[in-house]
Amino acid sequence: MCVTCGCGQGAETELTLHDDEHVHGGHTHLSNHGHSHDHGAPGGHGHDHEHSHDHTHPPFHSGNARAPTGPMVPGRDRRSIALESQVLAKNQLIAERNRGWLSGRGILALNLVSSPGAGKTTLLERTLVDLRDELKMAVIEGDQATSNDAQRILATGTCAVQINTGTGCHLEADMLERALHLLPAEPNSLLFIENVGNLVCPALFDLGEHSKVVIFSVTEGEDKPLKYPHMFAAASLVLLSKTDLLPHLRFESKRAVENALSVNPDLELLEVSAYSGVGLDSWYTWLRRNLAAQEGS
Amino acid sequence: MHELSITRSVVAIVSERAAGQRVTRVLLEIGCLSAVMPDAVRFCFDVCTRGTPVEGASLEIIEIPGRGRCDSCAEETPLAAPAGRCPICRTGRLRPTAGQELNIKEMEVESCV
Repeated sequence: MCVTCGCGQGAETELTLHDDEHVHGGHTHLSNHGHSHDHGAPGGHGHDHEHSHDHTHPPFHSGNARAPTGPMVPGRDRRSIALESQVLAKNQLIAERNRGWLSGRGILALNLVSSPGAGKTTLLERTLVDLRDELKMAVIEGDQATSNDAQRILATGTCAVQINTGTGCHLEADMLERALHLLPAEPNSLLFIENVGNLVCPALFDLGEHSKVVIFSVTEGEDKPLKYPHMFAAASLVLLSKTDLLPHLRFESKRAVENALSVNPDLELLEVSAYSGVGLDSWYTWLRRNLAAQEGS
Repeated sequence: MHELSITRSVVAIVSERAAGQRVTRVLLEIGCLSAVMPDAVRFCFDVCTRGTPVEGASLEIIEIPGRGRCDSCAEETPLAAPAGRCPICRTGRLRPTAGQELNIKEMEVESCV
């Protein structure tokens, strides 16, 4: 149940900014039922604040009152209304707004998706350390609970916003929108959005990112792309990760690549190991190339 | 379980359009390539409608089979996955032409006359 208004909808989503000075207790209520509040201009800092309810609940939505149900009664008329409304239209609208906001600032936002434990955070840590003298970078971390990942990012000297989705299994565009208000994202920078570890749901929700990057570890099966085709179809790049473990596994990279390309022939694939560093140069080249293109657009 | 947030969106959109009237029927269109399971939506619908004007409404779902057109030979064939190779020319890629729908087609409201 919603803890803000008790209306029985939505889960509590919390956002927290972690930077090198202190943790801001920005706390945002993100259920999709019409609470509104303002965070000020993007780039501003998070702050504790009261939630303002700018709406009144209709009578059917307050307390324990139930909507009237039961059989048809005389004097009532049924009327069909054609809607033709896309269910995800609202998310799509916010995603497009985010995309415009990011592209106007030359920020390359990448939505990093994978199964839990594929090595997203480890790869990020290594990338942030290797490129910190060359590129401006920031991170948005999505997890159901804990700020462990944001702490790990902060330890590399990079600013991070932790989004805790509560029961939510994926990030949605409005969560990114609010995180962008908390995060001091610099123009012409890289923004890594580490989605909740899940190969199903994040495929459906456009955040406004430039590209989805799937981290596919060699400790998973070669048939992952066939089992989760939606995610591989939605992605632009696949990083085959943990390749330092290949000598200990029966994983055939060639088959994994073939499977990924059968689902999405336009995919780029790179083999990387955040542990040994092998293959990271090609990942960094990909980042530089796409950031330069975003800056020039 | 993205169907939960999707069903919440359905209920929010329908409730808004109902403008206080009681909703008696909701008709959805779900494509087989949309990665949304109709049964999961049905399961969530009862929970998500509770305490809203949509409570008690019947839910009907039209499932739309996937189809794709080959970007090489332009033939259209049934498509079971979100993408794939053309089974006819075996070189082109199939781009979905149907099956990705996730729409609220229609709703029925009960109003006083």
